[in-house]
Amino acid sequence: MSKDSAIVAHTISVLVANEPGILARVVGLFSGRGYNIESLTVAETNAKESQSRITIVTKGTPMIIEQIKAQLDRLVPVYRVRDLTVEGPHIERELALVKVKGVGEKRVEALRLADVFRAKVIDAKSDSFVFEVTGNTDKVQTFIGLMEELGLVDVVRTGIVAMSRGGEAL
Amino acid sequence: MLKPEESATTGADLLVKALIDEEVEVVFGYPGGAVLPIYDSLFKQNRLRHILVRHEQAAVHAAEGYARSTGKVGVVLVTSGPGATNAVTGLTDALMDSIPIVCLTGQVPTHLIGNDAFQEADTTGITRPCTKHNYLVKAVSDLARTVHEAFYVARSGRPGPVVIDLPKDVLMNKHEYTAPPKVAVTHKSYRPQTQPDPKKIEQAIEMIANAKRPVFYAGGGIINAGPKASKLLTQLVHLTGYPVTNTLMGLGAFPASDKQFLGMLGMHGTYEANLAMHGCDVMINIGARFDDRITGNLTKFSPGSKKIHVDIDPSSINKNVRVDLAIVGDAGIVLDELVKAWKAKQPKVDQKALKAWWAEIETWRARNCLAYKPNTQVIKPQYALERLYHHIKDRDHYITTEVGQHQMWAAQFLKFEQPNRWMTSGGLGTMGYGFPAALGVQIAHPEALVIDVAGEASILMNIQELSTAAQYRLPVKIFVLNNHYMGMVRQWQELLHGGRYSESYSESLPDFVKVAEAFGAKGLRCDDPAKLDDTIKEMIELKHPVIVDVIVDEKENCFPMIPSGAAHNEMLLGPDDKQSAQVSEEGMVLV
Ligand SMILES: Cc1cc2nc3c(=O)[nH]c(=O)nc-3n(C[C@H](O)[C@H](O)[C@H](O)COP(=O)(O)OP(=O)(O)OC[C@H]3O[C@@H](n4cnc5c(N)ncnc54)[C@H](O)[C@@H]3O)c2cc1C
Ligand SMILES: Cc1ncc(C[n+]2csc(CCOP(=O)(O)OP(=O)(O)O)c2C)c(N)n1
Ligand SMILES: [Mg+2]
Repeated sequence: MSKDSAIVAHTISVLVANEPGILARVVGLFSGRGYNIESLTVAETNAKESQSRITIVTKGTPMIIEQIKAQLDRLVPVYRVRDLTVEGPHIERELALVKVKGVGEKRVEALRLADVFRAKVIDAKSDSFVFEVTGNTDKVQTFIGLMEELGLVDVVRTGIVAMSRGGEAL
Repeated sequence: MLKPEESATTGADLLVKALIDEEVEVVFGYPGGAVLPIYDSLFKQNRLRHILVRHEQAAVHAAEGYARSTGKVGVVLVTSGPGATNAVTGLTDALMDSIPIVCLTGQVPTHLIGNDAFQEADTTGITRPCTKHNYLVKAVSDLARTVHEAFYVARSGRPGPVVIDLPKDVLMNKHEYTAPPKVAVTHKSYRPQTQPDPKKIEQAIEMIANAKRPVFYAGGGIINAGPKASKLLTQLVHLTGYPVTNTLMGLGAFPASDKQFLGMLGMHGTYEANLAMHGCDVMINIGARFDDRITGNLTKFSPGSKKIHVDIDPSSINKNVRVDLAIVGDAGIVLDELVKAWKAKQPKVDQKALKAWWAEIETWRARNCLAYKPNTQVIKPQYALERLYHHIKDRDHYITTEVGQHQMWAAQFLKFEQPNRWMTSGGLGTMGYGFPAALGVQIAHPEALVIDVAGEASILMNIQELSTAAQYRLPVKIFVLNNHYMGMVRQWQELLHGGRYSESYSESLPDFVKVAEAFGAKGLRCDDPAKLDDTIKEMIELKHPVIVDVIVDEKENCFPMIPSGAAHNEMLLGPDDKQSAQVSEEGMVLV
């Protein structure tokens, strides 16, 4: 596959004015133009300035990624768009709550693995646990995979939040 | 100092004051329950003129015509629910063609929003993808500021339509007025880049100067940048001695009668313009967006050229075509820098190569690609436009069009010497655009000759506006090229669908002369080439709105044509080329 047609995942950080409709604008842009969203997180990050940070993981050819960034930047309430994937080293984290039901050996094994993954028990009943696991997507994915054999009944994930390494702000 | 209660006015009055402060002179609108407070405020003043249209879509198109012919923001006022949804086609049209519009929509009172109240529609939701930006004003204290911001957003950067949704209680509550900021609003998050990077100007000059087979490809962005940009483009083209072509939206950006002008390019562009684009070694795109009507088959588009792209909107750059030098900035400012740099540097152009390039272009030009077979029995549409042009060229005139073959022939056969004289729906291709747009143009230029070049199918899409024309005595001329077909559809069916003219015959047409008369306008008809000149002269002399029903050849096709999916050098020059039209399967799915 040539460089121009290779499809690569990019993590994009968007600083926006926290105003009604902003998320609809961003999501509508993706659906309307046929871009895909692998993951999207949003929350207010600066109450004084009323700003939110959106982290989007999307996939596309270099031309599509460039287009996505330009389209995002064009939205009136968008302050800044940064492509963390191309702008140097960055850290990604997500959080999952993982519910596992079972007794006996399986229950013990689940607890042991949770310890290995540094997942916290945040709810426990005699036949179930809810684990909280944080990490990069690979780690979270692997943990969930392991739980499947041990009585996984439910999962929620936050999607990725990401930030550049070093002392610079967005 | 007045106490707040004493200086406070209703939201509706504030709105009118804000519009006046934004130097608005005309509002195109249609009333309804949710906007009654605004109509009451309008009634009590005489600074703002309100033009009552007969359909909200027409209000937006009229505002577009007004805006495109003046460079100002066009203003629309419609009621909630159906008023707003009727405006959606116009808003989408303005978005696609980068026309600055502020559209005020009524809304149910804030406490009823979301209740499926009478004439409630989620206007901000519906218009989000078809506006540059939109606002729902939830408190009267935000109203004046929002209006000023909306005008700034509509006219700055890449212009576009902005909607302000106004709940009725907000229009009736009271507050003090906020005047527009003295300096241009500096928005917190919206900061279009107008100044180019100086290093890129230098690089551009070098690329332009070293070209052996150059072409300027100039688009609607030049018109958006104001008449000065057209002057600067003309200057740069003259300084370099290079050929120039315009897009449909860019017609008038460079004088059509100039020797260096190759005509329009693209699907129905000239042979010489398209072959110059195909064979050039340096392409200088200023304010054009590599639309699919221009590029044809992308993989075969101008394969050997280095490309420079000047655009105010970074999302236009590298969207369809990868370019070698991207300059983000306002076309007028960039052209000014380029002209200055060229004059300062006086670069040496390879005159020998340029001469050879022009010689090649002249051989393409000699094909005379717009030629058609004259006929003394039936009026050829091309002939009708040639004669029309002959009679209007020395008058102060403005042209609008509907959408179809007649639109393309108008682009080919009418010559535009100045910007802002040509209003057409390019991006959305909205049938029904031309007549209301012409009304907007006529409002802005009461003394000028304003002509809507129309098809018999398109004109029926906003024919009700004859009532508006009659009410305000707007002497707009509707020049119908009546071929009894949705000609453009018929042409595609002939070329791509084996001549099966499914639903493209204009059945049961009204008598346009009687239609005109019924609305208090004048109607003329002509079906004889020998009488056409007299009919056109009569049309021009009449001080009324006029429909001229010009009965033209039913089966005439619009050439040249680049079939969908084909490359610039695979264009069809005339009916005899039809056999060789090998439209690929990929081409068939394209529109
Ligand atoms: C039936 C039909 C047939 C058609 N056939 C043809 C055809 O044969 N040839 C043809 O040319 N078109 C044709 N069109 C029109 C076509 O669809 C496009 O609308 C048109 O080509 C776009 O013109 P443009 O590239 O100049 O861009 P516009 O739509 O005018 O866009 C302007 C560009 O300039 C930028 N810009 C805006 N303001 C500024 C500024 N101040 N400074 C710098 N940049 C700015 C914008 O960001 C944008 O990228 C046809 C349309 C129809 C309906
Ligand atoms: C609102 C709308 N509906 C449908 C179309 C598709 N369309 C493009 S051209 C055309 C036919 C136009 O016929 P007419 O106005 O008679 O013009 P002609 O091509 O015959 O000159 C149609 C239906 C369109 N452009 N706009
Ligand atoms: Mg027709």
